[in-house]
Order: sequence, then C-alpha cells, then structure tokens
Amino acid sequence: MQGGVIMTKELKIPDLIISENGFCPGCGHGVMAKLLSNIFVDKHIDDIAIAAAAVGCGCMIKGTFGIDWVQAQHGRAAAVASGMKKVRPDNFVFSYQGDGDAGSIGIAETIYAAKRNDNITTFFINNGVFGMTGGQTAPTTLKDQITTTAKNGCDYNVFGEPLKLAELISTFNVGYVARGSISSYKEMQKTKKYIETAIDCQMNGNGYSFVEILSPCPTNWKLSPIQSLSRIDKEMMEFFNCGELKGNGGSSC
Amino acid sequence: MAKSKTLIKGNYAIAEAAIRSGCTFFAGYPITPQSDIPEYMSSRMPEIGGTFVQSESEIAGISMVYGAGACGYRAMTSSSGPGISLMQEGISYMASSEVPAVIVDITRYGCGLGDISPSQGDYLQVAKNGGHGDYRCIVLAPGFLQEAVDDMPLAFELAEKYRNPVLVVCDGSIGQMIEAVDLPDGIKDHDANQFEWSIKHTRNGKHKTFCPPFYYDITIEENDRLVRQKYEDIKANEARGETFYIEDAELILVAYGTTSRICKEAVIKARSEGLKLGLIRPMTLWPYPVDLFKTITPKAFLTVEMCVIPQMVEDVALAARGIAPVYSFATGSSYPSVKNIIEEANRAIAGGCKEV
Repeated sequence: MQGGVIMTKELKIPDLIISENGFCPGCGHGVMAKLLSNIFVDKHIDDIAIAAAAVGCGCMIKGTFGIDWVQAQHGRAAAVASGMKKVRPDNFVFSYQGDGDAGSIGIAETIYAAKRNDNITTFFINNGVFGMTGGQTAPTTLKDQITTTAKNGCDYNVFGEPLKLAELISTFNVGYVARGSISSYKEMQKTKKYIETAIDCQMNGNGYSFVEILSPCPTNWKLSPIQSLSRIDKEMMEFFNCGELKGNGGSSC
Repeated sequence: MAKSKTLIKGNYAIAEAAIRSGCTFFAGYPITPQSDIPEYMSSRMPEIGGTFVQSESEIAGISMVYGAGACGYRAMTSSSGPGISLMQEGISYMASSEVPAVIVDITRYGCGLGDISPSQGDYLQVAKNGGHGDYRCIVLAPGFLQEAVDDMPLAFELAEKYRNPVLVVCDGSIGQMIEAVDLPDGIKDHDANQFEWSIKHTRNGKHKTFCPPFYYDITIEENDRLVRQKYEDIKANEARGETFYIEDAELILVAYGTTSRICKEAVIKARSEGLKLGLIRPMTLWPYPVDLFKTITPKAFLTVEMCVIPQMVEDVALAARGIAPVYSFATGSSYPSVKNIIEEANRAIAGGCKEV
C-alpha cells in the first residue's frame, strides 16, 4: 500500500462463465459454478478441464460453465469421466454430480471409480433432495425432513439413514476425500482449499479425489436462501462432518 | 507366396480385427459367450498402448466407451443378451449426443437369464432398438467369421461417418467357432484429433457439449429435421445384403448369420434335387436391404431364423409386400438342418404353411 492509494479489485464475471445460469435464486449450483471458475483459472486448468455432467439440476451447469462437457446418463458420470481420462490423461477430468445421481442410481459407478483409484475428480453436490424432479427423498435426506415422497418427514424406518458418501469413499485407497460447505464465506474458503487440493491430487497423478459439498436448495426445502444457509450450518453439518477425510494429512475436523 | 490365413477362434479374431482397425479403448464385462473378447483385450490392449477396463457392469462399460468416444478415440465394448439390455440407456445417449462407438453383440438364447447357447432371438432388440427415443443403430450382421473380421473396420468407419453407435451382431456360433481368416494387415493409426467435433487436448478450442443438440445449439424443430435426415441418409446408403441364386428361384429363403450358411447349403442341395431355391442374406439388419426384394418375383419367401418367436420375418413381410407371400420357419433353440429347410420350403410352395 503506497501513499494512501486504496487498492481496488474489479469484480467481474469469471472467465469460464459463458452465459447466465438457469438455477433457482439461492441455489448452490450457481455458487459452485463461480467458485470452480475462479479456482480453475487460479490453478491454470481452465483450458484443460473437461467433465462429465450428471442428470439432475447439476447438469444445467453445462450451459453456463464454458468447458467441454459430456452429458452422462443418470448416475454414470464417474464412468464417463473415467473413459475420458483414460484417453486424455493430460486433461483435468471431473464429474459433477448431485446426491441422487452419484449416491443413488449411480452408486456403483461412483464406488468403482474409487475402487480403481481412477485419476479423476468427483464434485459431489449434496443438497439432500432430488431437485430437478421436484423435491423427492434423496439418499442424503435427513430425519424428519419433508419431501414429496416423505410428506410427513423422512422416516429412517422407511428410507434408512442418510448415505455418508465421503466416508464411504474414504475407505478405499484413493488420493483425496473431503467434505465442505458453501453456507458461509468462512466455510467457502475451506471448501475452496479442498477443491484446490483435489485438483493438485489429480494433476500430480495421485489417484481419485472426491469433494462433497453441502449445498442449499431453497426451492425444495421451502426456505428462503438465507434460511437455507442457516439450515446447512445447523442441521446438515451436524450430521455430515466437514473436513478432510483422506489424503493431505487426513485431518478430519 | 500367398498370404497365410490365421486359424483363430471367432471372438479373438473379432477383438484382433478391432485392434487393427485402430481401436485403442475397450471396456466390458464378462458374459458367455463373449467373454473371450474382454479376456483377449486385457492382454492385447496394453501391448499396443491402448486401454482395457473390466468395468463393474455393462452400464459402466458403455459409459466409459461414451466418454472415450466423445474424445475422438475408437472405443468399443462387447456383450451378449442381458448385458446388451443394460447398455441400451448408454447407446440411446450416444445416439442423441452423436458419439460414435462400436458394440459387439455375441447373441445367446432366450429372454431373461436365457442360456448360453447360440441364438438369433435378439433380432428385434438390435434391429429396432432396445433403448428409448428416436434413433437407430446401424446393425452389421456377418454371416461367417471372415465377414465379422471385415466388418470391424467398416463398423468404426460408419460410426464416425454418421457419428452414431454401430452394432456388430454375431450369433454365439460365430464367436465360438474356430475358422481360418485373413486379418487386416497391420494396425491402423487412428488420429483422434482429426474430428472437428471431438474433445481435444488443445487449449482454447470451441466449447463443446455432448448432449441433445437442441439444448444449446439448434432449435428442437431443426433437431427433428436433422435426426430424420441422418437416418434417411443411412437408410439410403448403408443397406447391405447378398443374394444367392435368386433370379429363377421358385422360393427364396431369407436368413442372416450362421443360419444363412445352412440355407446356402439347402439351396445347393434343393437345386440338385430339382427344387429351385434362392437366398437373400441381409448383411445389415438396419438398414434392412429392402431393395434386394424388389427385382424378383418368386412364388414365396421363407424366413429361416434361430429363434422361438419369429422376429426378422416382420421386416421380410414389409420388404416383400405386394411381391409374394411370406412364411416363417423359426427353429427355436436348435439350428435348422438342410433337410428341414427343404421340407419347409416344399410345404410353403404347396400351400401347407400359414402366411405371415
């Protein structure tokens, strides 16, 4: 800082954001698109990143996030990404998936990418509901949470307890596993580090990396965007512990 | 000195022919009677610097092929009945995203679990699509192993020409029999970066999205038109078939795959006994070689297929509409015999069979 000159930073649309997104107000996917764009530019992978998109709300990221995408079948994004990485090993290859996609219909493909320790990265956006289809119970729906297929609240005797996918993945010999949240600036900074570490993991050839991100869905939670962020802090993070579960010291917090 | 032939099991020959066609990516899952293909690929792919993945399911296998194919590489998978059923979702997605791929189907008997013996009971699945929506697969149906070998480079070329999945359908006997074949000379050097449409390693390329084109690039009405045009083009240009003694035939047999080999023998035997049989052998099940039916006027057509419920006969009935009556000889789980084929042909000519 020199002679009283105030350093300013121009706020601009991140380089990889090529058009407006179609997400609901307060949706976590829009936040993720911006976060990933900034990180990809910082890590110099913005022009070598290619991805497989899930089916669900997450797949709308294809229209706004300007990299090459393959629209995978529902649940198969990790397998599609593995196929891409095998033939294009110098690219940064990731799958972008929601909880219904990676945790329900595609759990075999998700687990096998980890079992093979394929050198790809999965960003797993966990909002606890099937968003695009209108708010049905997901593998990560919490107890008593109201959904369109659990109108009186999610009963564990009917649906079972929520899937802790990051914990499950961390039982395999993989490169890196973490769970973060985008509910506040503070949590977002931690999540940013997890994503950066996952990118380093793949670019250094250290095998499969998996970052779960607790994300708001105001529309299907029937809450305001602000209330949704607060629900992540108060309810989701109580059940889904955030931190690094594997790799990079494995410091779960 | 003449080039020496290779004595080789069908499935191995098909796998080697794929390698020599420039295929460098294989992902698949074991299922009889095609398991020799992933077994062969598991040792052969590393030798040529390619990739072999034993996928956790046929669903994952076709998904990996989808990813590799979108990057411009020659990618394939193989399976049989139940596994081909699982792949249908992926095949439909590849058709909608216009990603080329080759799928080898070594067909087996029956629905559900069925059995591992050779069969032609998957005709409707392969020729009419097992997956959802408006698409077709080009379906090559070799009659014998040499043709299966020759079909592998053709399958990749057609897949790329039309940016569409291509099926190579062989009944289990073609996959399991050992025959002498000419394999393609050398390994084709396939340049995955030659296509404008593929995902490349190059930086700053045009942003590409593999999904139904009407999401971002064109209107849904334009999509209707392009899809229709693409499949009309394939129909007009890619139907293949063989004819055998059809010009003066009283009755024309229609058969594909291994069954057609037996039918050829039946034609020769019948003619030696004074019965003028002929044969139309479709080499593509879609598009169906309908033009081969338009040049002749036999008394009848007899479709011979190794399945329980007549299947291909529906296409024969369409192709032979207004020309001559069509009869069906579906032999179930057994191969037809030359004797049975001639008996059935005589019965059909004498009016003793029920028209389809």
